Amino acid sequence: MTDLLRLAGLTKAYPGVIANSDVSFAIAPGEIHALLGENGAGKSTLVKMIYGLVRPDDGQMLLHGAPYAPPEPRAARAAGVAMVFQHFSLFDALNVAENVALGMENPPKLGELAGRIRKVSEAYGLPLDPARLVGDLSAGERQRVEIIRCLLQDPRLLIMDEPTSVLTPQEVAILFQTLRKLAADGTAILYISHKLEEIRALCDSATILRRGKVVATCTPRERSARALAELMVGAVLTPPVRGGAAPGPVALQVRGLNARSPNPFGTALKDISFSVRHGEIVGIAGVAGNGQDELLLALSGEIRAEREAVQVDGAGIGHLGPDERRRLGLVTAPEERLGHAAAPDMSLTENALLTGAIRKGLTRRGFIDWGATRAFAGQIVEGFDVRTPGIGVAARALSGGNLQKFVIGREVLQEPSVLVVNQPTWGVDAAAAAAIRQALIDRAAAGAAVVVISQDLDELLEITDCFAALNGGRLSALRPTEGLTVDEIGLMMGGAHGMEVAHEVA
Amino acid sequence: MIRLEKRPTPSRFWTMATPVVAVLLTMVAGGILFAVLGKNPFEAIRTIFWDPLFNPDFAAYSRPQLLVKAGPLILIAIGLSLGFRAGIWNIGAEGQYIMGAIAGAAAGLAFYPADHWWIFPLMVIAGALGGWAWAMIPAILKTRFNTNEILVSLLLVYVAEQVLASMALGAMRDPEGGGFPGSRNLSQWPAAANHELVAGSGMHWGVVAAVVAVIFSYILLQKHMLGFQIRLTGQAPKAARFAGVNPNRLVVVCLGLSGALAGLAGLFEVAGPAGKLSIDFNTGYGFTAIIVAFLGRLHPVGILLAGLLMALTYIGGELAQFMLGLPSAAIQAFQGMLLFFLLAIDILANYRIRIGKAKVA
Repeated sequence: MTDLLRLAGLTKAYPGVIANSDVSFAIAPGEIHALLGENGAGKSTLVKMIYGLVRPDDGQMLLHGAPYAPPEPRAARAAGVAMVFQHFSLFDALNVAENVALGMENPPKLGELAGRIRKVSEAYGLPLDPARLVGDLSAGERQRVEIIRCLLQDPRLLIMDEPTSVLTPQEVAILFQTLRKLAADGTAILYISHKLEEIRALCDSATILRRGKVVATCTPRERSARALAELMVGAVLTPPVRGGAAPGPVALQVRGLNARSPNPFGTALKDISFSVRHGEIVGIAGVAGNGQDELLLALSGEIRAEREAVQVDGAGIGHLGPDERRRLGLVTAPEERLGHAAAPDMSLTENALLTGAIRKGLTRRGFIDWGATRAFAGQIVEGFDVRTPGIGVAARALSGGNLQKFVIGREVLQEPSVLVVNQPTWGVDAAAAAAIRQALIDRAAAGAAVVVISQDLDELLEITDCFAALNGGRLSALRPTEGLTVDEIGLMMGGAHGMEVAHEVA
Repeated sequence: MIRLEKRPTPSRFWTMATPVVAVLLTMVAGGILFAVLGKNPFEAIRTIFWDPLFNPDFAAYSRPQLLVKAGPLILIAIGLSLGFRAGIWNIGAEGQYIMGAIAGAAAGLAFYPADHWWIFPLMVIAGALGGWAWAMIPAILKTRFNTNEILVSLLLVYVAEQVLASMALGAMRDPEGGGFPGSRNLSQWPAAANHELVAGSGMHWGVVAAVVAVIFSYILLQKHMLGFQIRLTGQAPKAARFAGVNPNRLVVVCLGLSGALAGLAGLFEVAGPAGKLSIDFNTGYGFTAIIVAFLGRLHPVGILLAGLLMALTYIGGELAQFMLGLPSAAIQAFQGMLLFFLLAIDILANYRIRIGKAKVA
């Protein structure tokens, strides 16, 4: 028995969906094992079972050869299993040592703990001052707090759930060095991601999940990213096609835009300037929480600004609300599908009316033309291949990908002259993502100025003409996408956010 | 093990059925309550639900009472339902009802004892304005200073009650009343009286207004953009802002409409069934209307039916007190059970009950 953890026939069903079906694989000590799959493939459920958050319906787990069935995370931690979640559970108002202490069973005195934090952080090239307030840390540094909290428990197995989604490329490189060092010391790492290049660079072996089942086990270094993607999706992928039309005059001009965030922990926009021409796609990258949501709100009209700070076709619209902006041809699709872009409990027809009322002329003197609205909803469902039993079902009954196709379709079919989308393919399966990207490209080809705010660098490199990055509410200068390297993009996103020291140490 | 499981879409069947089930459960639980009090439960339930309408001894009196009591409940509940749908909680309809009555009565009494055709219409307008103005206080405080409209509107009820007492004892006291508190009798002054429109039916202008409000509210919610914005704001406030809804405007509109309708109800009451402004002229319609609004699922037609049902429990409850000697607290508990069961059963519209372990789908 050389396996650290062996899963045999794990099965977990939720009402209406089988999250995991007969999943088996094994991890050896010191192995970095990737768990690869699309959103909804069952990765999260699987690791929740390993971490004791969810109980399997069937199957068993062996840890060090002994049966392992943690009833709660505390038991998992006691058995040497630690997990770094995608979303951090840290308190902004407490310092690093206090946050770490809160997650421990029997925390030592804070002074002693601070010493241990320093020791561990230096040993693994993750410098961290135990006395700093978490509220002042960057996302990368917060993640280090979570990792160190786990390392203090001296885990045998470390589970990392999508750890790089909040990191710049430079920060990713540092994280990988740390993980390799941990593996060399004998800690097994279960690394969850859907980012193929990362997995190829880091992992020794990979288990690929599709619809809850293991579809392949392989050594990622020996496969191309494309081959892995096709295993993950289960279909041959066609990259989107771009026409080479020359861009027209400037459609959207943002000049010295300042805006406060409506959220107390949000990021204020500081002196943002850029312009987008008709027929052009501009990508805006950045680590989450650097002002993406605020930028979308400032462009949609939910946050108002000075009149001349936002201009569409030369007319100042910064002071106008969402409806007036739509009337002038500026439409937007926010990141949060349920609750922001769409009302969860309303039907697709009603959700079509939500933003379509003005540009599609769905009201007459304030009275709703339900016939025309249903026709518009039907048009979206048909034109964008939204899988739904009908236009009368509630938005929340749709899968993420289908609802996102509906939201993007609703905005694209309004034939806007400026289209702004935030995270258009977040949490969407590969086929739907490809369809959405193609729709954005087609809209630009039809003469619209398109702004894509996204944290998915591959997506931005694939479809954009120009590229800028948000960092702390400021926007870098626009650069042509062609010829940009990942390193340069990383620097635009703010480099390693004060982690250069770590780079040198490691 | 019994578990609740969220439905992908709300059940149409249970949306319609929950009020009926709630009424039946209330009858069962109420029956038990009455039995514990030593009364025959079947007789008590029959006295409350059947006798007011069909017992030849009482029906002649109590049947018209049904519309008299249901009218103001429906009128107020319709106004409240618009705000409740948008997540704007006007709990102070009782205060707006009182202020509407005071303003309407005052506008009429200013011309006493003249006999012009426009006096009653003027009172109607003044009544609506009185309720509207009282509701504007929480509206403005909320939009300007972000105060909680629940607290402000509720506390203003007690202010309104003090204003009412002061009016009934002071400025508006009947000069020919021999010093007794209370205004002149409006229902005995033809120019200001809210007459019964069809003899023996209980139908007065307030009932007409309630029916108009039901129709108006139905059209507003189903066909008009403002109604859509109201529903959207209640269900997904962030999506509503994205759709261009101005939340402050909606607060002002919804509180204003509900205040105006409550004011109207107050005026029709003071000029008709109550007859005059007295210290205790308000009988809690403004609070009961909250139950009516929820019992009717915030839907105009539902509110119409719920208002009639609630009026019936009032009349039947009085009858049961009088005929069977049931304490009035038992009747109030009975009415409270109705809301309790409705809210409890309500969950079935969005959730289904599963018994046993989750099955593999």
